[in-house]
Amino acid sequence: MAPGAIEHGPSAKRTRHDPDIDSTPAADMEVDEAPAKRDVVYEDFEGYSPQLMQQFYRRLFPFPEMVRWLSYGHKKNPHPMYDENYLQRREISMTLDGDIFVRYQSFKNADEMAKTIRARNPLKIDIGAVFNVDPAKRNAYSSFGAVERELVFDVDMTDYDDVRTCCTGADICKDCWPLMTIAIKVVDHILREDLGYQHILWVYSGRRGVHCWVCDEKARKLTNEQRGAITDYLKVYKGSENNKEKKVSLQGSVLHPMLSRAYREVLLPAFLDQVLPRQNLLVNETQIDTLLAMIPDEELAEEVKAKWRNGGRRASAHEDENLARWKDLEKIVIREKKRNIRLGHCLEEIVFAYTYPRLDLEVSKHMNHLLKAPFCVHPKTGKVCVPIDPADCDNFDPMGVPTLASLLNEVQRFRGDLREPAEEAAEAALPTDLDKTSLKEAVQLFRTTFLDDLEADCKSDIERAYRAKKDELASRPTTGW
Amino acid sequence: MNFSNVPNKRKSGAASPLHGDYTASGAQLTMYQVPPIEDVALEEFEQFALDRLRVLKGVEEARSRGRKPDELESVVNDLWRKHMRMGDAAETTRKDIISHYVLRLAYCRTEDLRKWLLSQESALFRYRFRMESPDAQRRFLTESGLPYNPVANAELEAHKDKLLQVARSVAGAGATAESVYYKVPFEDVPELVAGRKVLLSKGWAYVPRDQLAALVVGHFRTRLSKSLTLTRSQWNAKIEAQEKDRLTPVVEALSSRYLGPDYSTPSTKAGVRVADVDALAAASFPLCMQHLLHKVRDDHHLKHGGRQQLGLFLKGIGLTLEDALTFWRTEFAQKFGVDKFDKEYAYNVRHNYGKEGKRTDYTPYSCIKIISSTPGVGDHHGCPYRHFSQDNLSAALGRMRLNRKTIDDVMTKVKNHHYQLACAATFEGVHGAPCESGINHPNQYFDESRKRAASREGDDPTAQGTPPVAERQPAAERASPVTPVH
Repeated sequence: MAPGAIEHGPSAKRTRHDPDIDSTPAADMEVDEAPAKRDVVYEDFEGYSPQLMQQFYRRLFPFPEMVRWLSYGHKKNPHPMYDENYLQRREISMTLDGDIFVRYQSFKNADEMAKTIRARNPLKIDIGAVFNVDPAKRNAYSSFGAVERELVFDVDMTDYDDVRTCCTGADICKDCWPLMTIAIKVVDHILREDLGYQHILWVYSGRRGVHCWVCDEKARKLTNEQRGAITDYLKVYKGSENNKEKKVSLQGSVLHPMLSRAYREVLLPAFLDQVLPRQNLLVNETQIDTLLAMIPDEELAEEVKAKWRNGGRRASAHEDENLARWKDLEKIVIREKKRNIRLGHCLEEIVFAYTYPRLDLEVSKHMNHLLKAPFCVHPKTGKVCVPIDPADCDNFDPMGVPTLASLLNEVQRFRGDLREPAEEAAEAALPTDLDKTSLKEAVQLFRTTFLDDLEADCKSDIERAYRAKKDELASRPTTGW
Repeated sequence: MNFSNVPNKRKSGAASPLHGDYTASGAQLTMYQVPPIEDVALEEFEQFALDRLRVLKGVEEARSRGRKPDELESVVNDLWRKHMRMGDAAETTRKDIISHYVLRLAYCRTEDLRKWLLSQESALFRYRFRMESPDAQRRFLTESGLPYNPVANAELEAHKDKLLQVARSVAGAGATAESVYYKVPFEDVPELVAGRKVLLSKGWAYVPRDQLAALVVGHFRTRLSKSLTLTRSQWNAKIEAQEKDRLTPVVEALSSRYLGPDYSTPSTKAGVRVADVDALAAASFPLCMQHLLHKVRDDHHLKHGGRQQLGLFLKGIGLTLEDALTFWRTEFAQKFGVDKFDKEYAYNVRHNYGKEGKRTDYTPYSCIKIISSTPGVGDHHGCPYRHFSQDNLSAALGRMRLNRKTIDDVMTKVKNHHYQLACAATFEGVHGAPCESGINHPNQYFDESRKRAASREGDDPTAQGTPPVAERQPAAERASPVTPVH
């Protein structure tokens, strides 16, 4: 049996026996060969396949939460200020098996969304903008354009390839993941403290990065120009393939408070504790050259290098060699700074170059950029795009997130058998097993750190707008007949 | 003509002055919220607009050369005096308003035109505002309905250290904090946010008084941007057809006038074959395109930004869609295989030729667009003069077999942020002939270079290149349709 495929041929019935499960009534209802079950041992599910995805959409994907989020308080309730069609104006697009990209889909409610997605079984779901009209009917209107969109950010580990030694490309490991944690901390702080946003969702992208959704009403209504301004405010990293030497340029003799705060509170501590030692920046020969190239005084760089070559100061048993060498460098640069003005921010620039978040800015600048929905499964890794609590991002482990296969194994363990009655249509919901799997925790996190507050705020905003309108109407002088 | 046909009109009686005194620019500064409702003669309609275009074009040029704010102020002042000043202030104001509204009509029709006008008009407004006295500036704020009040002292005190830090980060260690700050939603001052020139706290921006211009320009921009979109829909809905024989031709000619060609149609009549690309590149590609070509040949791959910049340029010089597909497939297939190319990249090539998606026929990137792009890790697009390190750039220039003197000349221009001048100097070094028109577009570089090659071979130089942008005198009477220059 091919790994990952759900095909329960008569000979493939082997299941792991779990005595607790047999007594669960739900399990008994589902399993049509109940008496024989004790003898069969199921194979563990592995990897990724469209068949497994179908199970995922039918049993686990949290449609109700997604729709609660994207409705932003606009529900069917007969409230005069509710915009019934709000959800319907949102673009949802899907990538189907065989690289078929279906854009401009829209849904009335969670049921409709679940039905369509279960029927089409996409590899990936993307969320687009809210348009002025239902995007599915865009051709019927003379004007069609995006009117609202969360402010989104995309941080991708491949953009750090020149400063990490552990992996390249799509790979990540515990040694480079701290770079993402740094990005979350820095950006989250700016969004909350500088820009005043509150409803911020961070999501693991399933492979090598993180996504951020800023969902405050003010953020959703930003113009493209304002989005561009925010990305420029955040942008520091200036390196490119043809300008490798100078990666970061911090101009002016004093840093903007936003930068100095990021440096002091996040970048420097993380650089010293994690990046420097884990990436072996000052022991690995090529890394030494890369780092020293950022010192705008070649003689000085040579001097430092020579010192290290000759042994220099040996790190004590408790001290990391990289860290000891960094202290050397710090001392020399600070000493020389008095003589050479060009050394100005050079230490800070090095730290920024290695640690400051590198955002894919194009994603943030435009309203109509698509971004993968949370709780999707990454086809290459099988990992679920689970939310990350920014307040606890240090403890997020990308290697430990639930995968498509691990979740379905959990369901299977609980339910005993994942076969479904053959006559049932693919879009029919199967019993929701979310609570029996480790995805439960992720959905709970989504609700408690993000959705519940967002929804409450949206509702009270709608109420407030309603009261204001009522007052305005009441205070308007009535014209006598 | 009567401007009350013009969209976005207000039903107010007359274009009453917002405030009474005529100041630095010899006309009162206005946000153009009230269109003129008087009759305007056709000659004035076009002449005023042309004069304003000269000012805007001048502003654009000065900005693309990286002039500093103070220099720009005097540039604007000179241009205004030369082209817009009339006998008295009321006349100047009238011309200011009429010409502004004519250009709204002329430049509302496409995204690119709107962007251009928005950018130039905002710049013009900014420097006119800066020339006003602080008193006049404050009055203007109130009269334009921007009631920003200075932040109270107690609140200022709470942010004192950080405000000082921002001031120093902007103006150097010796700077002191302003005494007057305005607290505004950060969304109102995008350019100050983008440049990290203000303190942001909980969604508010603390704008020092000397940055007030940015705040006002922000509003100016937003209003103008909205009006342009509105004007566009009105233009499409009715004006274009109604004015088919009278204003439409004038308006169309005006907008094609100063932007120069967009190189959306191939410049070579015969077209360019895939096999010619390398020879043409060595002789006639600007450095940015040579570099991209070199990289795609070496790596058999380019990231999206590079594929767009090079792909659209090649389209502009006359590579057909079939040849473009061959070109990209030959390279990419070596790295990814033909299947992956056909699946993942071919769509993008066809898209650029208007054969997929929304079927827009995309135009090649101009220098301004390339210079303002932000290449990241692994990217090779952008302007070498702007984005390369010094070492990389001078090595690249060496490979173009430029002599030491030319390279030094180019590097000096780069240091002064004159990237297009640096490119023109490279052109002169390569061709051994002056480049009078300057370089504004990679495809223009190519055309100029081909023209020289052709004239050296004794051919008719106009056979290959596009004709130069000719200045056309406005006709006195515009009864018959005018053929646009391009």
